[in-house]
Amino acid sequence: MAKKFRSKKLVERGTNTVIYIILTAISIIWLIPFVFLILQSLRGEPGATTNYFFPKQWTIDNYVRLFKNQGVSASTGEIVSTGSYNFMNWYGRTLLISVCVTVIQTAIVLVTSYALSRLRFRMRKPLMNLMLILGMFPGFMAMTAMYFLLQLLGLTQNMSIVGLVLVYVGSSCMGYYICKGFFDTIPKSLDEAARIDGASRQMVFFKIILPLSKPIIIYTVLTAFMGPWGEYMFASLIANGDPSYWNVAVGLRDMIQREQLTAYSDSFQRFCAAAVVVSLPITILFFLLQRYYVEGVTGGSVKG
Amino acid sequence: MEKKQKRVVTELEYLGMSGWEKFCYKFISFFKKLPTVFLHFFTATIPALALRFWDAFSGIFKKLWIAMKNGDWKTRLSFLVMGFGQFTRGQVMRGVVYLVFEILFILFMALFGAGQLALFGGPGYTETTAGGWIVDPVTGQEKYVTAAVGDNSLLVLLYGILTMIFIVAFVYAWYSNVKAAYYAQEMKEAGQRLPSAMDDLHSFADTQYHKTLLAIPLLGLVIFTIFPIIFMVFVAFTNYDMQHMPPAHLFQWVGLANFKAVFGGSLSGGTQFGMVFGRILLWTVIWAVFATFTNYLLGMVVAIMINKKGIRLKKLWRTVLIMTVAVPQFVSLLLMSQMLGDYGIINSLMQNWGLTTAPIKFLSDGTIAKVTIILVNIWIGIPYTMLMVSGILMNIPADLYESARIDGAGAFRQYFKITLPYVLHVTTPYLISNFVGNLNNFGVIYLLTGGGPTMAIAGVDGAGETDLLITWLYKLIMDKKLYGVASVISILMFLITGIISLVTYNRSASVKNEEDFM
Repeated sequence: MAKKFRSKKLVERGTNTVIYIILTAISIIWLIPFVFLILQSLRGEPGATTNYFFPKQWTIDNYVRLFKNQGVSASTGEIVSTGSYNFMNWYGRTLLISVCVTVIQTAIVLVTSYALSRLRFRMRKPLMNLMLILGMFPGFMAMTAMYFLLQLLGLTQNMSIVGLVLVYVGSSCMGYYICKGFFDTIPKSLDEAARIDGASRQMVFFKIILPLSKPIIIYTVLTAFMGPWGEYMFASLIANGDPSYWNVAVGLRDMIQREQLTAYSDSFQRFCAAAVVVSLPITILFFLLQRYYVEGVTGGSVKG
Repeated sequence: MEKKQKRVVTELEYLGMSGWEKFCYKFISFFKKLPTVFLHFFTATIPALALRFWDAFSGIFKKLWIAMKNGDWKTRLSFLVMGFGQFTRGQVMRGVVYLVFEILFILFMALFGAGQLALFGGPGYTETTAGGWIVDPVTGQEKYVTAAVGDNSLLVLLYGILTMIFIVAFVYAWYSNVKAAYYAQEMKEAGQRLPSAMDDLHSFADTQYHKTLLAIPLLGLVIFTIFPIIFMVFVAFTNYDMQHMPPAHLFQWVGLANFKAVFGGSLSGGTQFGMVFGRILLWTVIWAVFATFTNYLLGMVVAIMINKKGIRLKKLWRTVLIMTVAVPQFVSLLLMSQMLGDYGIINSLMQNWGLTTAPIKFLSDGTIAKVTIILVNIWIGIPYTMLMVSGILMNIPADLYESARIDGAGAFRQYFKITLPYVLHVTTPYLISNFVGNLNNFGVIYLLTGGGPTMAIAGVDGAGETDLLITWLYKLIMDKKLYGVASVISILMFLITGIISLVTYNRSASVKNEEDFM
């Protein structure tokens, strides 16, 4: 009996060791690209690529040039101004868009979710089905039509911040699933008690549901804020080829276009520096609010 | 298992199965029933929907007829002058709102909308001139064209659709006006008090609160989703492309020519669209299946490993993996595309260490690129599944495992009989939405390979080996400006994804209702 017990323990220890090895390997694979990103952003040697992992000269010049809107000329190797390819401009624009989208989108999602979760009206079911079906239309096709519409309204190029906010926010009510799933779990008896006490549905929303919804509000804010940073398609479409109106995603992709990567150019190092600058605040924010994000992902996927 | 495939399983037998067998049985019967489900969808669901639609439609006319027949002169006059019934019965505010809307609508149509609609449905558009009287080449009549508006077929299309949306809104308002007028009459006849303006306002915070809440979201939905969809459907019937770019060169209605081009016929320029479409569709489906299931299964394995009892540093492992969620995805993808490039760090290092002599074409060889994309997608996607499954694993009642252990079940049996069925049961809706999301996954493909390398089919310029339908569409529009054909493809994509997900969604919902886990 004792022998069997011991062998079982051995097996257990064996599996655990295997799991530790696998997890360590996975962790290394997962982290290497990001370590590489940070190392490259601090690399002093010129040129697009090196054939070694750790840089031989360390420098923060890549960051300095990024902030000063300068770059190393791809053909001559001199430091020149990058002109309208201005990272700080892209960054500012993206941040502004992101903040606006966060505020509006959170409001829209909360309001739609409350209406669909708590209020009963004739068009509720058809509306939910309609949104389900509309969600399957390739979003990009809608974007060409929207581009023409925004062009009519004069909201492309130098007004593109407004245009982009409108586009990102426009259909955000279709992302109500996770938030509605959360509202569904708040007991109906709370509403009913308040209604008996004479509260209107509006008061129920503001005084009862919203105060109980902190996790899902934070989740919605977090996802809404992170969304515009990675949006590529429409941001490039609406700028119509003018780098002054890009966002970070379009700008960063342009930085590593093949033709810019020569023996002199520093655009890959600056890309890495820019990527660090873009990722840092978002990553920190994400890790601070991680708990809420995980709750949202778990709850939403289970509800469906 | 094989026996069960052949004959019908009775309820008793089904209850006697283990969790894993139940899952297998469900899995097999799901695919066995799939053709029936599709058939059912077309023969029963669609006609039922049509019938319901018809009922609602005829109900509108019935109500209008009743209001016409039984209404007094005030109600009947509301058919012409919106808000009249409310106005004369003391609901001044409602009356004013209706009336103002009608006046606005009439002004809009008279000054603008009617002309746009006439142009929209017209036989063809005239090229923009500097302005002045010109002869319409189709009708032969003289007409005036201003330089500012011109006869820009793009604008005509846009304005025409916007006008139609406005007309629909007006018809709805008109109908609700008649209904409300008749309702007010009935209330008056029954001797009841009509709601005052104050009551109406208050009701928007209470009984009609959904209207207040949903007004702006739905307005956004109409402008930014429904309007573009209608627009693209119309564009599918035009020859809008590089040679027909308004305002310089106008596009015209061409009927079904674009559909013919996609289904086998060749488009001008000798591009075999049908063949390319087929290949890209095939890869899109393969990609979606692999991307969805590799992430799902591997993510679940990782989650189980991390959550296993006795494994320490759980938080550390999780945090490391979450990096790909926390760092903006486009950064990770662009970085990966650089690292895996022909002269990227991975190839350089491998050559340096003498592992390979020539660079491995991770992203520039069709077949290898496809594998690489799926692998990178695993790198990106596993953490999402891991997070989700971790949450579910914690929800599995511990006493299930307890009793399994007492019954002598080992780790693998516990996994196959408790963990896997439980997680699968709970996450079916996620799997479906994830699958549809992957069909339309623009970011991973576009930022990694840009759809490349180019397909080795003569006469096909633009389409790449790793292009999904969505990235191909993007190229067709951005580079080739083939709006007409692109619209056809997006309509087809919409039909494919729409039917797949509607059918599976309904199916999974019914499975869920039939028998809940435990």
